[in-house]
Amino acid sequence: MSNEIYRRVEADPAYQQLVQRRGRLALLLSVTTLVAYYAFMAVVAFAPTALSPTIFEGGTLTIGAPIGAALILGSWLLTGWYVRKANTEFDQLTHAIAERAK
Amino acid sequence: MKPLMKTGALSALLLLCAGVALAGPGDVGQVAKQPINMTAIAMFLVFVLFTLGITYWAAKRTSSTSDFYTAGGGITGFQNGLAIAGDYMSAATLLGLSSMVFLRGFDGFVYTISFFIGWPVILFLLAERMRNLGRFTFADIASYRLHQGSIRTFAAFGSLTVVCFYLIVQMVGAGQLIKLLFGLDYPIAVVVVGVLMVVYVTFGGMIATTWVQIIKAVLLLSGGLLMLGLAMSHFGFSIETLASSAVDAHKDGAAIMHPGSLLADPVTAVSLSLGLVFGTAALPHIMMRFFTVPNAKEARKSVFVASGFIGLFFIVVCLLGLAAIVIVGKDPQFFENGDIGGKLLGGNNMPVMHLAKAVGGDLFLGFLSAVAFATILAVVSGLALAGASSIAHDIYARVIKKGQASEAEEMRVSKIASIGLGVVAVILGIMFEKQNVAFLVGLTFGIAASANFPVLVLSIYWKGLTTRGALIGGIVGLVSAVTFVVLSKAVWVVVLGFEHAVFPYEQPALFSMPLAFFFTWLFSVTDKSARAAVDVSGFRDQNVRAQTGIGAAAASAH
Repeated sequence: MSNEIYRRVEADPAYQQLVQRRGRLALLLSVTTLVAYYAFMAVVAFAPTALSPTIFEGGTLTIGAPIGAALILGSWLLTGWYVRKANTEFDQLTHAIAERAK
Repeated sequence: MKPLMKTGALSALLLLCAGVALAGPGDVGQVAKQPINMTAIAMFLVFVLFTLGITYWAAKRTSSTSDFYTAGGGITGFQNGLAIAGDYMSAATLLGLSSMVFLRGFDGFVYTISFFIGWPVILFLLAERMRNLGRFTFADIASYRLHQGSIRTFAAFGSLTVVCFYLIVQMVGAGQLIKLLFGLDYPIAVVVVGVLMVVYVTFGGMIATTWVQIIKAVLLLSGGLLMLGLAMSHFGFSIETLASSAVDAHKDGAAIMHPGSLLADPVTAVSLSLGLVFGTAALPHIMMRFFTVPNAKEARKSVFVASGFIGLFFIVVCLLGLAAIVIVGKDPQFFENGDIGGKLLGGNNMPVMHLAKAVGGDLFLGFLSAVAFATILAVVSGLALAGASSIAHDIYARVIKKGQASEAEEMRVSKIASIGLGVVAVILGIMFEKQNVAFLVGLTFGIAASANFPVLVLSIYWKGLTTRGALIGGIVGLVSAVTFVVLSKAVWVVVLGFEHAVFPYEQPALFSMPLAFFFTWLFSVTDKSARAAVDVSGFRDQNVRAQTGIGAAAASAH
């Protein structure tokens, strides 16, 4: 692949836009996931009783269970969101950029 | 007693994250051989015959190096997602995580979450860039703009080290597990695993390995769901009923619904999770999976599919552990001498197997045992393939032959390499039978996270990385990870017999990763050589390709 194509791509304003938008989304989602996870771990390590209230009055299941499950489900949904954005919007941008640079 | 239990539980975790199902250091080599289980063996034979058929089919489609290493890039995102899930849903996660929940309740669930959380991050930050930059191996990415000979050799060496240690852990785990579930002798079990692995990889390459992985993932997932259905019928399909019965049945009572003492040591917890998250991303056989799909779009899709199945499976496994507390924990037939609350038959990793027998009888137990064996086979095949590609593609074709090797020559070397790895794996597996392999797991993930990961991520993201910085930083990561593990309790006390561990934690990542990053940075920014200028100027083109995939290897259809 010749350097010229890469130079043309770099010069394309759409490329700058792609890099910026995708980079920002990826960073935002990673930080969200990791902050949620490490916050949960911090509560588990330093304030375990915070997870102890039961869901139902007089029940057994604590709120820790659905919160934990929500971490798995939620971060999975974030991957879904990213994949959807990337496979439609970002890929269209990429495709157009590649076509123009040919 | 308490700290002892904690380290025991942590080493169980270390073992299971590497894909081995052993309860702790003390259990290795002490598993009693069970009577020969004919149902399990028959079902396993069906699996083997079927997968050999697939290997035969795959062999006819494997004619180029690209077919061999990456299935020609012709695997779809969904298929690859299932295969990745297969890599991650090992026999060990099934047995190990469920036994964690069985023994410790909520703490087991917390660990399960830690095993999961790396996947989304891999998707956001690495998956598509890896697909856009690499062709066959991790070394392709690391040496994209850096000096080919030295960086490729280092990356290949890093991959091979991880592959070999991981293979030992898998082989030893396989031998023990098979002895336990099938009633076969340890050496026979190790040889069977070694031979089948070589056959899959040598003849069927990545196509066969991928399909073995997919079939196993489907079997494991459907088996787990079926068992969950059978178990939940005991509780009227209510999780609340299940939880309250578990609290009644467990010796710790209501405590199993709260976080316990396992995370009382936050340093170890953080170090463990760092090693898991970043070590996983840098395991050669996992990275290789991203090159089997045709483009970045499919690479992303595969992580979405994989993390969905992994998440589902993990939640199922936790519920199975909870159900086992009630169904297995109250049934004398599963305890030695019928002593409820005493030693579990077959060791601490058996709750889910006993649960299978309790809810589905011997037939279901046989099925689950066969799936567990199949699981190990699939993982070692992926490892052997990753190792063979490092030897044939990186060291032979690129470094020794400087890119001048013909396709046929490279194929021949890769096949010889996979046979060689099979022989090495069997020999090491037999040598290490009576050894405590817990330290190898810490080592494997420590090296992956400290030697391979910094080089991988900095080569993709940091313009200033130079050949000198990557080499020195990578070696510092490698050496410090090895040193910390050797000085930790698992080696210093348990293997070498000293009284006190010099390094107080089991996982090196929290310490060795920053060291690797720091030295990579230091020796890159102070690098004023001509090579450094080439390295830095190469980033511009590399980044455009990483971002857009323009110039990345195209796929062939299968």
